[in-house]
Amino acid sequence: MAGIVRTLAAAVIACAALALAGFVTPNWFVLVATLALSKGLVALGIVALMRGGLVSFGQGTFYCAGAYAAGMAMRSFGIGDAALLVALGAIAGLILGIIIAPLLAGYRGIFFATLTLALSMIVYGILNKTYSLGGSDGLNLHAPSFFGYHPARSQNASYALFLFTSLVTVIAAALCRIHFDSVRGLLSHAARDNEIRVEYLGASVRWINGINFVIAAVLGGVGGALSALSLGHIDPDFAFWTTSGEFVFLAILSGYVSVTAVFVAAILLELVRSYSSQYFPNTWQGALGVFLLLIILFLPGGLGSLALRLRPRGAKPARAPAENPNDRAP
Amino acid sequence: MTALLETIGLQKAFGAVIAASDISVAVQRGQTLGLIGNNGAGKTTFINIVTGHLKPDAGRVMLDGKDITGLAPRQVRRDGVSRSFQIPQVFTGLTLDQNLLLALAILRKEGMSSWQPARSDVRTAELDDLLGRFRLRPYREQTIAVLPGGVRKLVDVAMAVTHQPKLLLLDEPTSGVAVEEKFPLMDVIMRAIEGTETTVLFVEHDMDIVGRYADRVLAFSAGRIIADGEPAAVLSNEEVQRYVTGGAA
Amino acid sequence: MHDPEKWKPIFRKDQALYVQRTSVKLAAAILIDGVIDASWLFIVAVGLTLVFGVLNILNFAHGSLFSVGAYAAASAVGWYYGGDLGPPFLGYLLMLGAAVAVALILGPLLERGVLRFFYRRDEVVLVLVTYALFLILEDATKLIWGAESYYASEPYALLGNVSFFGLSYVGYDFALIGLAVVTGLLLWFSLNRTITGKIVLAVIHDREISRAMGVNVTRVFAFAFTLGIFLAALGGAFTAPKISVQPGIGVTVILLSFAVVVIGGLGSVEGAAIAALFVGFARAAAIHLVPWAELFIVYLVMALVLAFRPEGLFRRMSARKI
Repeated sequence: MAGIVRTLAAAVIACAALALAGFVTPNWFVLVATLALSKGLVALGIVALMRGGLVSFGQGTFYCAGAYAAGMAMRSFGIGDAALLVALGAIAGLILGIIIAPLLAGYRGIFFATLTLALSMIVYGILNKTYSLGGSDGLNLHAPSFFGYHPARSQNASYALFLFTSLVTVIAAALCRIHFDSVRGLLSHAARDNEIRVEYLGASVRWINGINFVIAAVLGGVGGALSALSLGHIDPDFAFWTTSGEFVFLAILSGYVSVTAVFVAAILLELVRSYSSQYFPNTWQGALGVFLLLIILFLPGGLGSLALRLRPRGAKPARAPAENPNDRAP
Repeated sequence: MTALLETIGLQKAFGAVIAASDISVAVQRGQTLGLIGNNGAGKTTFINIVTGHLKPDAGRVMLDGKDITGLAPRQVRRDGVSRSFQIPQVFTGLTLDQNLLLALAILRKEGMSSWQPARSDVRTAELDDLLGRFRLRPYREQTIAVLPGGVRKLVDVAMAVTHQPKLLLLDEPTSGVAVEEKFPLMDVIMRAIEGTETTVLFVEHDMDIVGRYADRVLAFSAGRIIADGEPAAVLSNEEVQRYVTGGAA
Repeated sequence: MHDPEKWKPIFRKDQALYVQRTSVKLAAAILIDGVIDASWLFIVAVGLTLVFGVLNILNFAHGSLFSVGAYAAASAVGWYYGGDLGPPFLGYLLMLGAAVAVALILGPLLERGVLRFFYRRDEVVLVLVTYALFLILEDATKLIWGAESYYASEPYALLGNVSFFGLSYVGYDFALIGLAVVTGLLLWFSLNRTITGKIVLAVIHDREISRAMGVNVTRVFAFAFTLGIFLAALGGAFTAPKISVQPGIGVTVILLSFAVVVIGGLGSVEGAAIAALFVGFARAAAIHLVPWAELFIVYLVMALVLAFRPEGLFRRMSARKI
């Protein structure tokens, strides 16, 4: 129980810290952070899958599903409330995840990765040619309302969206943390370690991966809906492989030990991106590539493992199962 | 009384290699069986078929009257058949505590929790008892990766023994262990399951161990059972001596 | 932005104009277009499958190497014909030379310089590494060649036009089929009939035992990877005259070759040939009958094959399934 209380306390503190940060930092940072947090959620889904040993190159599918669910709800049904839109995004992810999980949960390694990639590219292809959904131009969204509050000035609107996103993110992150620390969470880790043993103990690795897949799908949908509100625009690129690839990059960068690391990494990435696109527009992808290589080579556990090393021995051991130096991490 | 385990006419071939040929065995509750035979004789194939890892080409496996032929290993485990492995199959990245915790948690009637912290499961009486019986307490907080082979073997068996399996199959429990450690290891294992109702089958190459712990011995050769009976009788059997032990036991 | 038009770089739209709506002509068109498409696909995909067979790496950057080959050939051709430097047919040799140059420069660089540090890691780690290489190469090509399109149309026109069934085709496309056939035969022959080839096959089958038998596996790795790159660059170089060479063509290529390799079976040369034909016909059929489903159809075929025969058509390694 102590672990849960600690997580919830951390969540409350994080919320307060974010609210304060959003208040004192300039507007451009608030905008960047909002988008970063939404994308971090999708990466968190990949982390959930990675704990079980799978890497999905196609989370864009659910990111896109969530975004379009929110977009269509706003345009076709006039729903403007952010909470409702995000809930719809989550549901879209959930439904899609439940349908697809049984098809993919039996695959591992490169096959799982390729199939998820193919899936997202199919979605991209279909959306590109579906003109009722905007085709390749996509759709525009207007600013959402928050439980009845319609922000007047754009500055208030961005802060309101930031607060809302922070709230959703912290709740999702806390729930994930609690799940990762639970027995089922430990089981995912074990499945990655030794599938045979898991089966011989009476559990089903397919089920474990399937559930992780659905979790990732829901997180993808939520992230997609939030991103849609943040950007004010959705288009098929949400399912393009480079988008999915960035989520994978984020997940690798942050590692699968610490949940906070995912969002720190996301904010870092967005900051670097906005700086780089201003001054080095042609080398963004290349820089990501170099960075990815360096991380895989020198910090295979991701940023989160750095945090573990910096912490004194014995403090906060509840964060993760024991890290094995021989651990084969992506 | 229905035999606990009955195999009827098991057949299994891998291409030209006959791993099991008309294996029909009945094992009663409470027996301790030793399975002997040289490499490739079919002992591990037998275990693999019984535990569901392999589907036999023909024949059936009955557990307490229920047909479990071809069921998946996790289903067979839930039905009460458990095994340990020649090379210990454990979670090397987790601590010993965590390994046993999972073994206990997976089959729990109430199911596993999606939110209760795993750490809180670690100080339970069940786990402590298991650690005690297998003399694993000193290692409990260590990651398996740093533990020696003999300890890993014990962990492997301890994980197989949770939730009182009806039938426990040990695949070469003392293999890879130094000669002077074989008896103590086997001793720990057999004492740990003493008092439970578990029926044990173990595969062994060391005839001293077989002689000491088995009530009954099955000798395999080229996929067939060539002898079945009390240890002394089987070990002095001429065919067994020719194909398995290679001389006086 | 990601222009949907870039997703059809290989088919020239005027080919469709010559198809009349009778089913025989349509079938012939699909057949021929399919085989033409399968040709360049085979050349590229067989490189990918070879690298996988030997090094156990599914090289995400394979498409970029196609792209580099295309750019290199386009530049060489532009320089050659622009300056009117010699007999027109020598241009083909130049294109071949471009592919060779790409392979000789990038092969050792990438394999010795980057990949070998990751050989001991998980297969998915290697995919991430090659994904990183892909990102780097994409930007590198943009830096070197810029973002505008290159055209290398002279070689395309050199072989005239061919007409039958009322359909008109460019002679070059049939030469491309010839190139694919020659490549396939040469590969098959060298793998199965030469000593070097048998050594490569041995390493594909079992790396450890080959090593134990004294094979210099490191050199085989470097060789196989360079050969794989050469095939990608070759495909790129000889496809360049048919398309507009621009940033992003590598992406379609990698996705299509993935599909071919997965359908045909990882590590199998024959599989790559058959699967390339499959994919070629599927794409051609889609383009003529249901254009919007062009990419979708390829993935559908791949998904179906994986669902019913996970090891692909020619088993070399099965999909990791439990």
